[in-house]
Amino acid sequence: MNEGWMSRALSLGGRGALAVVLAVVALVPVLCSTFFTSQVGLTSLSLGIVAVSLTFLSGYGGMVSLAQTALFGVAGLITAKLTVDAGWNGWVAALVGVLAATAVGVLFGAISSGSVGIYFLVITLAFAEITYFFFAAVPTFGAHEGINQAKPPAPLGDPVLHPSAMYYFMLVVSVLVFLGLRYVSRTAFGLALQGVRDDPVRMAALGYNVRLHRTLGFALAAPVAGIAGVLSTWSNTRISAGSISLAVAILVLTAAVIGGLNKLAGAWVGAFVYTICDTYMRGWTDRFATYLGVVFLVIVLVSPGGIVGVLTSAGTWLRRRVGAGDVPGAGTSGRPGPLAEPATPVPVTGGQSA
Amino acid sequence: MASQQVTTRRIAPGLKARIAPTLAVVLGALGLLGVLWQAFGAGFGEKGNVPTFILITLNGLTLAGLLFITASGLTLIFGLLRVTNLAHGALFLLGGYLGLTFIQKGVPWLLAALLAMLATGVVGLVMHQLFLRWNQGQDLRQALITIALSLILADQMLAHFGATPTAIVPPDFLASPTNLGVYSLAYPTFRLAMLVGALVVGLLFWLVIKRTRVGMVMRAGVDDSAMTSALGINVQLVFAGAFFVGSALAGLGGVFAGTSYSLAPGQDQAFLVYALVVVILGGMGSLGGAALGALLYGLVDQYSSAYLPAAYANLSALLTFVLLALVLAVRPTGLFGKTR
Repeated sequence: MNEGWMSRALSLGGRGALAVVLAVVALVPVLCSTFFTSQVGLTSLSLGIVAVSLTFLSGYGGMVSLAQTALFGVAGLITAKLTVDAGWNGWVAALVGVLAATAVGVLFGAISSGSVGIYFLVITLAFAEITYFFFAAVPTFGAHEGINQAKPPAPLGDPVLHPSAMYYFMLVVSVLVFLGLRYVSRTAFGLALQGVRDDPVRMAALGYNVRLHRTLGFALAAPVAGIAGVLSTWSNTRISAGSISLAVAILVLTAAVIGGLNKLAGAWVGAFVYTICDTYMRGWTDRFATYLGVVFLVIVLVSPGGIVGVLTSAGTWLRRRVGAGDVPGAGTSGRPGPLAEPATPVPVTGGQSA
Repeated sequence: MASQQVTTRRIAPGLKARIAPTLAVVLGALGLLGVLWQAFGAGFGEKGNVPTFILITLNGLTLAGLLFITASGLTLIFGLLRVTNLAHGALFLLGGYLGLTFIQKGVPWLLAALLAMLATGVVGLVMHQLFLRWNQGQDLRQALITIALSLILADQMLAHFGATPTAIVPPDFLASPTNLGVYSLAYPTFRLAMLVGALVVGLLFWLVIKRTRVGMVMRAGVDDSAMTSALGINVQLVFAGAFFVGSALAGLGGVFAGTSYSLAPGQDQAFLVYALVVVILGGMGSLGGAALGALLYGLVDQYSSAYLPAAYANLSALLTFVLLALVLAVRPTGLFGKTR
């Protein structure tokens, strides 16, 4: 009885914390300065959306891609080109940009779907470099100069002086992207994709087309990265080849790893943590990149689940602790004790031995 | 992991597989014809394009030498440990900067290069022992670890050596240009020495791998490290040695690059990408493949920046990746990649 009450309270507490976080995030334009809203808010939301396209691929498809910034750039640069130079309506241009990113994503996905793990990482790195060099070389897209004055459509207002409208729009898009990707992960396709991630050989034996699933997974993540590209272009009113260089691709990976590579929410957490450090830490240290690298390293070494992984396990620990304090042994009920677990097999390769 | 990749590719439908290689071969042949026409179309006289062609070819060959030295370290580590060391570029730049520091302290060039190699090798070894050894087999996690290490190393180098591009002064006996003896051309001697250095590295590798017991153990380790370990060989020692030698080669590449080109922040990532392309071209883990990949890369890079029509000249950086795509279309595991 007591235990049930306790865990209900805790899960209520968890939901309450989530509600508080959402409320705070929603109140940012009201409570915080314009600088904070545009510099930290807009940047971390667009970084979060491009990072979540990577987190989705990595968490559900087992594909750690460095090409997400390339798709980000395809959508952003095409949208900017169409609005600034061709005078298109912003929404139509954005749609065309995102569709173009999706088409490129299908192509990238189809080519790289035969590779897994580190090969996939390296092939997508090549895609990122190809896209970067292409946009840096082609004068149509402004080469290294990029395209300036790419303003968002009128209803979103001026993203620098009055960022509230843009902020709320990006927040809504973020929530929709999150819900959409979570929905996809629970469909039959999403489950099959996770099966392909865990055991491609068995899935192939069961009759699933492994390459097709990987390609479709990549194609689904592509418009998400594209949307982030459009939003980033709008909130900065500019985009250039430098926005999609290899350094940026690694930055997106860093943000995703810091937040947690296997939980969708981790992308935004990582993006927010990165952006806030980027904005305020540079003031008191020149060695920002070193600290960032150290955090990246520690997270990869100690907690591959990232910040979200740490929070989740802390929550579990707390729940078990509090439950166990109330009713002796209640917290561990239903879980096998340490003795019930099978002994770790002794590794045959010299690899694991110390 | 690797075997899955190959099997899924092998079942690709026959028609598609035949179109892609044909297209790749036709495009490659067209490119070669274009270069030859540009070079020899105007005759062989002094006024023709042959002198330029010779210089560009030498540029390509010496670049290939530098790329081979750098990429051979990467492919050695990958072949034995299955670790894609994405900090290889950072080690490359570190080697260059260390060489520069030693030379500024008055150490002669050759000794400075050797010291820089050793120091870079030790840094690589420490990296392997501290961070990678206990993650053996988790290739993605190891790749992420090396990315994190490369971020830290790059920023620390920026702090210690500054952002201004610097270059190493070549040793006196290699400083003056060599007379080539044809068309009264002269070429920087150091660049030629770089090519010789690459040949020496390649020859040493070949001798060690084919003729010595260490090489035999290494070949066994590449094929099946678990079985090699079961036969009583200390595979961990071989792994550590490979990481040391691979990192030292990155450092040597950095010293060569610092002397013939320049050292600056960003070179680490640039050369990491070049080395990765070279290694994928040749087939990951194959030293002969790295040599051929470096040769292809160096020549395509130099010919494309010289012979592309002016309107497309700024696309030359893209062409090396087109080369990569063409080769992968014909051979998905690279030129000498193992199809097992």
